[in-house]
Parts: sequence; structure tokens; C-alpha cells
Amino acid sequence: MSVQAVPVPQTKTRRPAWARRWLNHETAVALLFILPSLIGFTVFYALPAVRGLYLSFTDWDMLSNPTFVGPANYVDMFQDKQFWRALQVTVYYVLLNIPLQTALAIGLAVVMDRITKSTIVRGLFVMPWLLPPVIVALVWLWMMDPTLGFINNTLEAIGLSRLPFLGSPAMAMPSIALINIWQYTGYTALLFFAGLQTIPKEIYEAAAIDGARERRIFWSITLPLLRPVLVFVLVTTIIGSFQIFDTIAVTTKGGPIDATQVITWYIYEYAFNRFQMGYATAVSVILFVILIIATFAQMRILRSDESDLA
Amino acid sequence: MSTNTALQPSTSTPRRRKVRVGRIIAWIVLALAILIILFPFWWVIRTSLSTQKEMLANPESLLPVGFTTINFARVLGQVDTATAVAAGGSGQKINFWLYLRNSIIVSVLIVTGQTFFSAMAAYAFARLRFPFRNQLFYLYVAALMVPGIVTLIPNFLLIRQLEWDNSFLGIIAPSILMSPFAVFFLRQFFLGINKELDEAASLDGASKFGIFWRIILPISGPPIATLAILTFVGTWNAYLWPYLVGNDESVRVLTVALAIFRSQTPQGAPDWTGLMAATIVSMIPTLVIFLLLGRRVVNNIQFTGFK
Repeated sequence: MSVQAVPVPQTKTRRPAWARRWLNHETAVALLFILPSLIGFTVFYALPAVRGLYLSFTDWDMLSNPTFVGPANYVDMFQDKQFWRALQVTVYYVLLNIPLQTALAIGLAVVMDRITKSTIVRGLFVMPWLLPPVIVALVWLWMMDPTLGFINNTLEAIGLSRLPFLGSPAMAMPSIALINIWQYTGYTALLFFAGLQTIPKEIYEAAAIDGARERRIFWSITLPLLRPVLVFVLVTTIIGSFQIFDTIAVTTKGGPIDATQVITWYIYEYAFNRFQMGYATAVSVILFVILIIATFAQMRILRSDESDLA
Repeated sequence: MSTNTALQPSTSTPRRRKVRVGRIIAWIVLALAILIILFPFWWVIRTSLSTQKEMLANPESLLPVGFTTINFARVLGQVDTATAVAAGGSGQKINFWLYLRNSIIVSVLIVTGQTFFSAMAAYAFARLRFPFRNQLFYLYVAALMVPGIVTLIPNFLLIRQLEWDNSFLGIIAPSILMSPFAVFFLRQFFLGINKELDEAASLDGASKFGIFWRIILPISGPPIATLAILTFVGTWNAYLWPYLVGNDESVRVLTVALAIFRSQTPQGAPDWTGLMAATIVSMIPTLVIFLLLGRRVVNNIQFTGFK
């Protein structure tokens, strides 16, 4: 969504411009309208961001006062094997989650676009997204239970062997990815579905008259014209994926061993179990930098500022 | 197209059959997707209505095993401890009525406050002229891109220093006055409202607040409702923040209570029947809102998506 420019009416100035700007009634009224949000913004967004940056250069256990240590936290972080491991685990999770979820969502959106525009069907698709991740994680923890879980009983019933799912280092992360794919695919599909509605039907008709086949139409028309939605979906879901926390807090708590110790769990451990606030904020600053780089890289690669429809 | 068919019957027949097969496959895919989405909900219901001991003996059954409603009774604190323990509970006091109440208090306060104050700010950004308006707006938009984890620790420290932890105030403070997304979202709408409406009201002697209250807000009913629903879902579902600052029982919300409930393992394993009953209790408000207003959420997803 582009930020619309507001046309400012030309005013003929009689008094000096600065005086008119500061002294008029409208400014005072506007200040009253802005004030609550400005307090909220300053106290809980702007100052914490600045303070977080400052704390990342300190050593602080919350008992004494923070002591300034310069870049020591960053140096420690880059030398900590666990930090790199946490990054690796996080990227692994993003790679397990995003490609499959996005492909499934596009597929479902195309299918829905073809056969039904039913609000009920779309309603069913958003249901998992509306639920708290904590609840979704609990439900799947139960479904994936090694001894009593539905999935393992089904596997056994059809003659396959039981799987440890969240209990084994190798399967824990794929299982968590599966849980989140269940929760978010339907919602993502609706975003793509909405994107499909913006593609003019004449383009499809023209392609059909030219004898283009389904597959060709999908790759040459549908997908390129979905690109703006695709960029939006990828940027937001990847940012979300990098910050996965609730699911892990309820299911594996970073384990088994360190198989699901993602970067947010690593930050949480340092901040709220070891009370190393300075170090934990330093890691969160680095996470922020990574997210900014990832976002701009995607926008660059996917040329988000251009549209094929024009 | 019909003339086309008449002229070339040989090519159109197989194509039409192919299309029909394609449609059948499409319906099967869709049905499968819906089954996968719905099945876990059924499994939750089935588990919550089962007797713990009988379910352990017969875990495969697709229907409730030894149908009972005791699991709901015990998560809502309706039975005494001995009965609860006998039904598989941990014996710890759990009272989901209290957590339900806390979740409702927190969500209602945040949704009301955040929507109203954000609408006020959005109105000023869309309609009023004041110094540094655009610069301030860009700052708000920039905050939209800062991930929650970055401000989490400083906000936690601030709430602790103010000694607002373990109070509703601490849980709601960071969200009740604004969210950058809400301001951005509503400003876009207010920009689209015809300015002649404000000007006419202004000529009739309405104040800026009168215009906001009598014209802008009523006209913006649908987007405000959409925003309120999204905010409600986000608040209701939040876990980490209320866990960090509101762990005390008196202000504990449902998500936090559920995570604690899950970590209690009375008989070696979590109390699954009780946990699933508690899960249903926590889902109900969201599902009720969804049944009442779901059409709006679903139909607005296209633009709420582009946040």
C-alpha cells in the first residue's frame, strides 16, 4: 500500500510563516489529537529502541547499575558457538517453513479461485490463524504424542513405524515447521486469493484463445502478476518466522539438546534466565539488523516496486 | 466460444473432459485441505469429552471414549480437588474462569484504547495541519518495521522500574495508547473520506472534535471494526509479554495459564483431557467473534493483508 501524499492547500501568508504554523488554533487541536498516541509512541517504541541500543553496550544483571563495556557484548556474541548455532537453527526453520507454506498457499488460492468463492470455505481457512500459537502448539503436541498421539496411532494402524516428532533432535524442527504451516497456510492462501482477484480475467481469456495450457498460464501469467502479493507475503512471513517463539516455548523449550534453540529463545534465555540484559539486547539488535537486510534483499530480488500489470 | 466448438468438435471434446477432471481434482484438493484444517479441532473436542483412564486404554477411537463433561467442570473449578485428581488433574488449583476474566479485561481495554487513540492520531495526520506532521508520521511508520523482540527487553525493564509488573496496567500499558499499524491503517482510510463532508460540518459550526466524533468515526465503521477484530485476536493470542509482566495469578491471562497447565505433569504425562477442555474454553471467545463477524474479517483480508 503506497503512502498517499496529502495535498496541502496553498495559503497566502500575511504573518511570518513560522508564527502562523505554531500559533494557530489548528496546531493546538492537532496536538491534543496526537498526544495520547505520541506518549505511547515515545515511551514504548522510541525510547525503548534507543535504550535497547544503549543497553547492548553495557553489562547489566538488573541488580546493580548497568556498566558501560563498549562493544564487548558483540565481540562475545560473535565468538559464541551457541549464537551461531542459534542463527543456523533459525535459518533452518525459516527454510523448512516458508517455501512449503508459500507453495501450498499459492496452490490452494489457485484451486479456490477456480472452483469456489464461498465465504464459508475462506472462513474455514482463516480459523487456525485466529487461534493463539500457544493453543495450536498444545493441540499438535497432543496429536504428535509418541505413545497416545493420533498421528502415531494412525501410522501404526497403516503399518508404518511410530515417529518421535518433537522428541528427537532430527525431527523436532520439521515438526515445529509443520505446526506453523498448519496455522498460517490458510491465511496466506487468502492473501494470494485476494491477489488473484485483481488479475483481469481478459488476460486469461486471451491466453486461452491463443491456446496456452494451464501450466503455461500459471507460470507466465498468474505467478508474475501475483508478484506484489508474493513480495508482501514473503517479507511478512519471513520476518514472523525469524521471530518464532510461542510454539517453541510450549513444545520443546529449545531442545532436544539445542535442536530448536532459535535466536529468540537464545535471547530469552540470556535475558530472563541468566539476567544478562546487556548481552540479550545486543543479540536482539543483531536480529533487527538481520531482518532489515533480509527485507531489503527480498525487495531488491523480487523488484517489489515494479508491477507487471501496468 | 460456442461457434468454436461447432467448428472444431474433435479438439474441444477432450479438452472439456480434461477440464472436468481438473475440477474434480481441484475439489478433492480443497476437501483434503479443509479436512486437515478441521481435524485437529475435532480431536480437541473428542479428547476433552473423554474419560482420562478409558482414553489411555483406547487411544485410537475417533469418538470420545467414556463420554464425560468432568474435564470442563474441573478446569472451571466446579469440582473439589479430590474429584479433579481422580479424573487425572494435578491437584493444583486451576480456575479458568479467572483467567478468562483476565483475558477479557486485558483485551477489551487494549482494543478500546488502542483503536480510539490511534483513530484520533490518524485523524490528525489525515486532516489537520501542524508542524512536523509528515516527519512524525514517517517515524510512526518506521516503528512498524521494528520487530517486537527489540523493544521487548527495554519495555520489560521499564515496567519493572515503574513497579507495574504483575498488574493489568503493566500488561496493557505498551499497547493501550497506540499501535503504529493502527494509526497507519486508519489514516489511509480517513484520507479517502470526502473532505467536503468535514467542510460542510465546519460551516455548520462543528468543532474539529465534533467532526471526528460525528462524521469521521461513524463513516469509518467497517475499517474500525476490522481493525478492532485484528487487535482483539492479537491481544487475546499474545503470550510472551503477559507471561513476562503478568505471571501473578490475579492477572494471569489464558495463554499464560495454558502454558503453565501444560508444564504440570501429574501422572508423568500432561493432563491431556483437562488441557484440551481448557483449550476449548480459551477458543470460545475468538470463535464466537468469528461466527458473528467472520464474514467481515474474511472479506477484508485483502487490504488488512497489505499492512
